[in-house]
Amino acid sequence: MVDAGKLFSILITTLLVENFVLVKFLGCCPFLGVSKKTDTALAMGMAVTFVMALASAMSWLVNEYILVPFHLEYLQTIAFILVIAALVQIVEMAIMKLSPPLYSSLGIYLPLITTNCAVLGVAILNVQKSYNFLESLVSGIAAALSFTLAIWLFAGVRERLETSNIPSFMKGMPIALVSAGLIAMAFLGFSGMKL
Amino acid sequence: MKAFFKKMFAENPVFVLLLGMCPTLGTSTSVINGLGMGLSATAVLICSNLFISILRKFIPAKIRIASYIVIIAGFVTAVDMALKAYLPEISASLGVFIPLIVVNCIILARAESFASKNTPGKSAIDGLCMGLGFTAALVILSAIRELLGNGTLLGFPVLGSSYPPAIMMILPPGGFIVLGVVLGVINLMRTRGGAKNG
Repeated sequence: MVDAGKLFSILITTLLVENFVLVKFLGCCPFLGVSKKTDTALAMGMAVTFVMALASAMSWLVNEYILVPFHLEYLQTIAFILVIAALVQIVEMAIMKLSPPLYSSLGIYLPLITTNCAVLGVAILNVQKSYNFLESLVSGIAAALSFTLAIWLFAGVRERLETSNIPSFMKGMPIALVSAGLIAMAFLGFSGMKL
Repeated sequence: MKAFFKKMFAENPVFVLLLGMCPTLGTSTSVINGLGMGLSATAVLICSNLFISILRKFIPAKIRIASYIVIIAGFVTAVDMALKAYLPEISASLGVFIPLIVVNCIILARAESFASKNTPGKSAIDGLCMGLGFTAALVILSAIRELLGNGTLLGFPVLGSSYPPAIMMILPPGGFIVLGVVLGVINLMRTRGGAKNG
């Protein structure tokens, strides 16, 4: 029943070969916006991982048990975005009650996650690839980890860029984008891997 | 008219406000894709701005973001289905980025900062300007990428067979690098222009 080989291949493929941010361009807004410092980038990555794992599980359940039986597949986009928005709200309230210190460190990033297109993207891709429940869950977690990996590496590069000597017109976003391109180029090296 | 151009270029959502990065990078691999994405987003932007503006007095402030998202998602679904029916090729090549218009920051940002405070007519025009600005940015980026990466424009060969295409430009890294360089050039032009005027 549980095909460990397939789960492993989903994990590696989503994490490295088809990295969500650097190869598929999902989740670029927080990738560029919240990557000035490594520790905030890591916190953002954690928050996204949490929400994305829950969101891919929930959206799979909604799709399988509500949309498909009633032939409402065309409502997919609306249903998923509502699930994600509600989930983010619940997670925010739960963290606020259960762990105030975690809330104060993650708090500001949580509302941003609703509009992180990687979350909706992974939910839609899971349905397109007709994954089962476990596969969806693993692909959600792997996608979130790939986001965390990319944003963390990128924040490390940006911290060094702060102090380096670059032409004034390239300062800030332009040089950040070019270095993101170089990181993406490194990730292209994985593209030959077939699992 | 002046305000129209000001919105399209001086407040260009991609080059100036840095909103909507995912579709910008993800779909600017060829001019056709860029144009398709830009026009789909424009259609959603005009409709959602118009509707949110009409309903702005009825939507309670506390749940406004959720209401905006539902309105936007409705129009995105309509555009998605229309593209699948009439332009299946473009729909296939844009893939997951069409449903992802829902979470495009440009649309939510305009709903929150413009349509919720202005009359329906003005909001629709704002949607048109912002949408065309987004489309213009996508077309510029995708033209550069298609020309360098494939030697073609809109599918027609331009640079001839002696030009070896730099495939890197249509692969993901090219997207980041071209956008970075274009932003740098815009900065350069702005500082030069500012120096001349001052």
